[in-house]
Amino acid sequence: MSQHPHREAVQKLATGIASFDMIAEGGLPRNRTTLVSGTAGSGKTVFAVHFLAAGIAAGENGVFVTFEEPPRDIRENMRGFGWDLEEWEHDGTLALVDASPDPDVEVIEAGSFDLGALLARVENAVKKVGAKRVSIDSLGAMFSQFQDESLVRRELFRVAWALKRMGVTAVMTAERTEDYGPIARFGVEEFIADNVMVLRNVLDEEKRRRTIEILKFRGTGHQKGEFPFTIVANEGVVVIPLSAIQLRQRSSDVRITSGNDELDAMCGGGFFRDSVTLVSGATGTGKTLTVTQFLAGGAAAGERCLLLAFEESRDQLVRNATGWGMDFERMEREGRLKVVCDYPEVAGLEDWLIRIKTTIEEFKPDRVALDSLSALERGGNLKGFREFVIGVTSFLKHQEVTGLFTSTTPSLMGGPSITESHISTLTDSIILLRYVETFGEMKRGITVLKMRGSGHDKDIREFNIDAHGMHLGRPFRHVTGILAGAPVHVSPGDVERVWSHFDAEVSRAAGPRPG
Amino acid sequence: MADYLLKLYVTGRTPRSEKAIANLRRICDEELHGQYEMQIIDVLEHPQLAEDEKILATPTLIKRLPPPLRRVIGDLSDTEKVLLGLDVWPETPTASGDDDA
Repeated sequence: MSQHPHREAVQKLATGIASFDMIAEGGLPRNRTTLVSGTAGSGKTVFAVHFLAAGIAAGENGVFVTFEEPPRDIRENMRGFGWDLEEWEHDGTLALVDASPDPDVEVIEAGSFDLGALLARVENAVKKVGAKRVSIDSLGAMFSQFQDESLVRRELFRVAWALKRMGVTAVMTAERTEDYGPIARFGVEEFIADNVMVLRNVLDEEKRRRTIEILKFRGTGHQKGEFPFTIVANEGVVVIPLSAIQLRQRSSDVRITSGNDELDAMCGGGFFRDSVTLVSGATGTGKTLTVTQFLAGGAAAGERCLLLAFEESRDQLVRNATGWGMDFERMEREGRLKVVCDYPEVAGLEDWLIRIKTTIEEFKPDRVALDSLSALERGGNLKGFREFVIGVTSFLKHQEVTGLFTSTTPSLMGGPSITESHISTLTDSIILLRYVETFGEMKRGITVLKMRGSGHDKDIREFNIDAHGMHLGRPFRHVTGILAGAPVHVSPGDVERVWSHFDAEVSRAAGPRPG
Repeated sequence: MADYLLKLYVTGRTPRSEKAIANLRRICDEELHGQYEMQIIDVLEHPQLAEDEKILATPTLIKRLPPPLRRVIGDLSDTEKVLLGLDVWPETPTASGDDDA
């Protein structure tokens, strides 16, 4: 063996939970015990079982020691994640050690004792299946079974030490009473203090938000801070590694059509291939139309398009498209379009992020439109919403998918929107659609506010909508204050005067130069 | 046929194991008048038996018969608690061995 005998660095064991390994920078410290602490309902047991399930999938057998739930409950609860514990037990890839309290049997303490039998059972189980991974869930339940806390602590320390001696990588879960407070009850962190993770399930603005944080991995690195995560059926724990995915984005200079030639021209030749564009406007200004032509333009170019609709029903969307001369149903038949309609309220934002990612991974679209972000914003708090947008945006870029999001401004005439103010920096381009009142008539205006990495038309142009979609007209030359939501007419004379100032400036600046 | 079926789970030949065995023998001889069957199981040699009975602590005494099933953990130095676990009530309240060795 060429391995150095005094190798200092702690090695990592890739858990196989891909998103977790990303924030753990490779996995859990190998051949060590990691304390996973969390409040009730924070997902400790799911994490502990997922750790074993991922191991079994990779050919590493496991032992699950339960101090709390009886094995039949665990087997039942984990079936929803696609983990068949019974089958694994039958195959000999998993062994369960049942140390859950039996409410039917009264235990009388008559003199001093230790937990030698528990240790013998754990060791026996590890040997029996040749386990490389052990999960112990949860330590707090052990303390309620026995009166002497210091004895339980001492015995658990022996178990942790024995696990290390046997060369297994272990996860021990422990309760804490508050999401932000002491690491764990009963001082368990004192004997497994090397590696500590915290799962949180915080109630914020009436919404639950799960986060995972690695507090420390002694002798080795990890990503710092709280990362949102979610628990998904048939999958288990899915961490959303925000900072980790952002690092891997590339930038493309390939242009694609917005589905409207005139808008392409305003954008300096179309959207960028891996860009995300935000279309903002009040209700009825043409956001859904922008989305529709974006999808139709993609389909016409032979691309696959995905529409995630949270405001209108499928029938409505198809009808709208037909009204603008675009045939969604044919696009669907040709496999160029997939429309996913749902109520934003059916899932939390973290779950939406996972669902959207899964849909994108399955359908593999070239472009994705999301109508609207404002509808989803209702499903979470501000921080969660921002993280959701970061998550979707970075995922789209990573997959090199072009994205178009819409956002509804609360005021008809424009003005600031909550959605925009928090996500405008996250998208590459922003297109504003606004109502413009001119001499008792409502007109629609469009402008490209921002276009990262490209020049663009800075005019606010009038546009109208007919049976063939959107048609851009002339710029509003005689109106100011459109974006602020308070259009004011300026007489042509005033406009001339302003322009002549500019002209004068230009000619003066150019004047002294010889030649 | 013995009236009492008792199983004592211990971890190896430690002083605590020996003490529990001695205490149990003494109590049984004094209180059960020989009407008992006693099995001593070393969980280090037979971990699967500990698994089957879901034993955590050692020593653990299980009273299989007569019903109800009872568990007593510890080195059995507290005679009163052991008798409570065996559902045996001393015939003469004053009769008790010097168990504080």
